[in-house]
Order: sequence, then C-alpha cells, then structure tokens
Amino acid sequence: MEAPRIDSGRIAEVSRGLDRSEIERREKVFSVSDLTVSYSGKTALEGVTLDVHENTVTAFIGPSGCGKSTFIRCFNRMNDLIPGARVAGTVLYHGEDLYGRDVDAVEIRRRIGMVFQKPNPFPKSIYDNVAFGPRVLGMKGSLDERVEGALQSAALWDEVKDRLKDGALGLSGGQQQRLCIARALAVEPDVILMDEPASALDPISTTRIEDLMHELKREYTIVIVTHNMQQAARVADMTAFFSVVVEEDGSGRRGILVEYDATTKIFTTPADKRTEDYVTGRFG
Amino acid sequence: MSRTWRNRLFQAAMLLCMLVAFGTLAVLLVDTILTGWPAIQWKLFSDPPSTLPEEAGARPAILATLYLGLIVLVLSVPIGVLTAIYLEEYADRERWWNRLIEVNIQNLAAVPAIVYGILGLAFIVRGIGVGRVVLAGGLILTLVVLPTVVVASREAIRSVPDSIRQGAFALGATKWQVVWRQVLPAAIPGIATGSILALSRAVGETAPLIMVGAITYVAFDPELFGPYTALPVQIYNWTRQPDVDFQTLAAAGAIVLLGIVLSMNAVAIFLRNRYRRQW
Repeated sequence: MEAPRIDSGRIAEVSRGLDRSEIERREKVFSVSDLTVSYSGKTALEGVTLDVHENTVTAFIGPSGCGKSTFIRCFNRMNDLIPGARVAGTVLYHGEDLYGRDVDAVEIRRRIGMVFQKPNPFPKSIYDNVAFGPRVLGMKGSLDERVEGALQSAALWDEVKDRLKDGALGLSGGQQQRLCIARALAVEPDVILMDEPASALDPISTTRIEDLMHELKREYTIVIVTHNMQQAARVADMTAFFSVVVEEDGSGRRGILVEYDATTKIFTTPADKRTEDYVTGRFG
Repeated sequence: MSRTWRNRLFQAAMLLCMLVAFGTLAVLLVDTILTGWPAIQWKLFSDPPSTLPEEAGARPAILATLYLGLIVLVLSVPIGVLTAIYLEEYADRERWWNRLIEVNIQNLAAVPAIVYGILGLAFIVRGIGVGRVVLAGGLILTLVVLPTVVVASREAIRSVPDSIRQGAFALGATKWQVVWRQVLPAAIPGIATGSILALSRAVGETAPLIMVGAITYVAFDPELFGPYTALPVQIYNWTRQPDVDFQTLAAAGAIVLLGIVLSMNAVAIFLRNRYRRQW
C-alpha cells in the first residue's frame, strides 16, 4: 500500500519553526511527567509527559474535548480555582515541583502569565488594566513607564497612547486581546500561556497576535492552545497533538497526548496515524 | 374566533390589568396630595406634635426617621455585603452549614416584619436591655432589611463575569485582591441599588417599631439612646384622632414620607443607569 502523502498546500507555512535538536538544547522550563487531571472524579486528561523549552512557542492542538485547555491550566495552577479538580503526576517548573507543598499558587501565577480565549479586560481604563498587576504585586519603579513598556511590547501603544484613561471595554476585540497580553507582560512574567487567544478574533487581528508571538518568544516562553492547525503551523516551534479516547462502556471521554515533536515534523511527517489523519483534515 | 381577535382581546386584558394597578396607585396619590397639601407648611418640619392641630408638626418624627435610616444604612450595608461576599466567593457549597445559611437567608427575607418586632422587643429591648430607644428601632429595622441587602448584593456579585476573576488571578492577585479590587467595584452599582431599595422599605415600616416602643407623642428631638417616634408611627397616630384637621396632617406626613422614599428610589435608579455596564 502506498504511504499516505500530505497535501502540503493545506498548511500555508511550516518553515519558521526550529528543528527539534536545537529546541532541546534550550533549557527546560516545564517538565511534565505522567500528568492526569480529573474533575469530580472524572478523568479529563490522562498520562501526559512532555517538556517545554525556553524561548520557544509550544502549541497544543487537537479536537474539542481533548483536554488541551485543561492541560495548559495546569501550568499556572488555574485548575486550583475549579472545585473538584484534581491534578496527579508532576509538573516541574525550572526543576521545581509546581504542585509541591510549600509552593504558593499566587506566586506561580505572577511568573506564569495567561491570556484567555475571550478577551477579558477589566471594566476599567486602559491604563488601569495594565497597571492592575504591578499594583497588586506592589512592584517598584515608575508605573507609567511600566504601562507604556507593556503596551509597546504588545504592539498596542500607538493605538491607545492618546486615550489611556478611556474605558478598555470601548476597544475592538483584537485591541482588547492585545491589552490582555500587555496586562500579562506588565508583571514581567517568565512564561505566557495563551488559551486559544485568537479564536474570537477576525483574521487581521489574528495575524497581529501571531506576529506578536514571534516577537515575544525572544524574551518569553510561550505556550499556546489552538484549534486552528494553520495557526500552530505558523507560530509554533514544537507542537503536541492531543486526542480523545471514548471509554468503551460509554462512561466518559478523556484526553491523551498522541504525539509531540517539532512542528515541521508534526505537519509533514507525523509518526502516528491519528496525528496524520487530524492534520490532513480526515478527522476532527 | 380569529387569531387577530384573540390578539386584540389579550392586549385589552393586559391594558385593563395595568390600569387597575396603576389607576389605584394614582387615585391614592392624588387623594393624599389633595388632602394633605394645606398642611405642607414650614411648621410641619420645624414644630413638635401638639394636641392642637394648628400647632402640630412632625419634626421629631421626621428626624427620627432620618436617624433610623442612617443607622440601618451604616449597619446593614457592611454586614450584608460582607455576608454576600462570603457566600458568593468563599463559601464551599459542598458544606452543609453554608447551604443552611443560604436557605435561612432566603426564608428570613420572607418573614413578616412584626415577627422581627417581637424578636426585637424580647431580645434587644429587654434581653440586652437597650430600652425603647432610637438605637433599638434602628437595630430591628436592620434585621428586617438585612436579608434583602444580602440577596441583592449576592445577585450583584454573581453578575460579575468569572472571566474578570480569572483574569485577575492569572496576574498573581490574591483572592482578597481579586474580590476587593475587581469583583466588588464591578458589583457596586447593583449593591447600591439593592441597598437603597431595602432602606426605603425600612423607613416605611411601622409594625416592628410599634413593638419596640416608637411612642406616639414625642415633643423633643430624638437622641440615639432616647425615646422616639417615627414618621409612619406619627402618621398612624394622627389618623386615629377624631379632629379632621389631624387627618390633613396625616396626609401631609404621608406626602413627606413618600417624598423621602421616592427620592431614595430616584437615587437608586440614577446609580443603576449611571453605572450600567455591558460585558
């Protein structure tokens, strides 16, 4: 039987990612082993093992319900906020157990920022949105400079510099999302987690967010969940493909990690048949 | 019967219902204003009550009602809002005692005010021995409206979208910072509206105050620990006098009370419109 061929026209651009050996030479920011997450006793994600490397973009892709959003929330312990959520296995952050006894989730979230699927600016001014993090953390130095710096890094400064006192809810969806990125950058995080950051945005705003990710990975480590394969192909260095396993007795569905490799490899010569079916559009 | 006719019939029925409700209110209002208008004079606000209708005013009652309102505001808003924050943001619903508190608050809001009056008489006036003073009346009215304040504040807190909390948590804010700096400011319009409406209910209450000793003839300005009357009690007293001039005074008192309540409601509506927010 002839080996299946991947229609390269489907994926616009896969060439910007680094190759795997180069990525793996970089320091490990996260080292996840055998991670299982359950909500009120129901397993949502099972047995995930992977490493995330410094100054790279790592994408999690997969069909709905595969646990990719659940997974990304393990990195800043947002699952702690959901009653009944339990995390088993280990997540090491620079070699330190994120779920260790004396680890403060609040401190973790300061160093590991997050951008959500739907832009969620606070109902305050643009300035106060960005200043909120530095204020609650009691960060030293000029607040004005910090706000300006964060807005510039998020490529929003030129659009809002004359109306910093205006309400953030008056911005367009794409601007709101970049404001949320600026807000995350203002607390000088180490990692930025993005949970489908462009899924609620128009194509032009999406492009701007993607360009921004290319800029930001020079200084930050970025982890992104996306249901848009082209987006993963365009922005990510490493890509993890998750899938859903339905229990035979129909008692539930849980997510598993199928394959994790350099983005180029995942989109051109995946090792697993399921990954191939997904990226070629035969499934999902 | 054709569909068009059925449509018209129901429209007419709804209009009629509206007219019954609104018309009754309008007749009451107009009648009170016409009856009481001659007595709306400066002496109503400046003079104490008297056995002679031409000399009688309602100054002690108006002042006491304002004091009572202030006490209720100062006590019920902080207690009610903090209770609401606890129930919405901190309480674990899996725990039976939290569910018990929830059910109780819902029920307390439906308890008739006179029952609070009896409780206040037994517990506050005699039990701790506060006596029949302004403070005791304020405490009772606080109890009467507290469940309403809690329920309204909970609604307001619950209407703050979770994405706001998550966004703040994701920046490394503590639970207290999230609640104090994001959730509460966003909930303030709803809390203020609910509290003011509860307050306007409190100043109109008569029954519990009669129980805890708002006496009907007070010729001096009230003090926190002194005997007092309240505007609704004063009105009630005047209506019982045989002299027709006292009826005029009662109507005038009702106009003043209406004025106080309606202006508080106006503030509530203003706050609601001013800070209405689209998420």
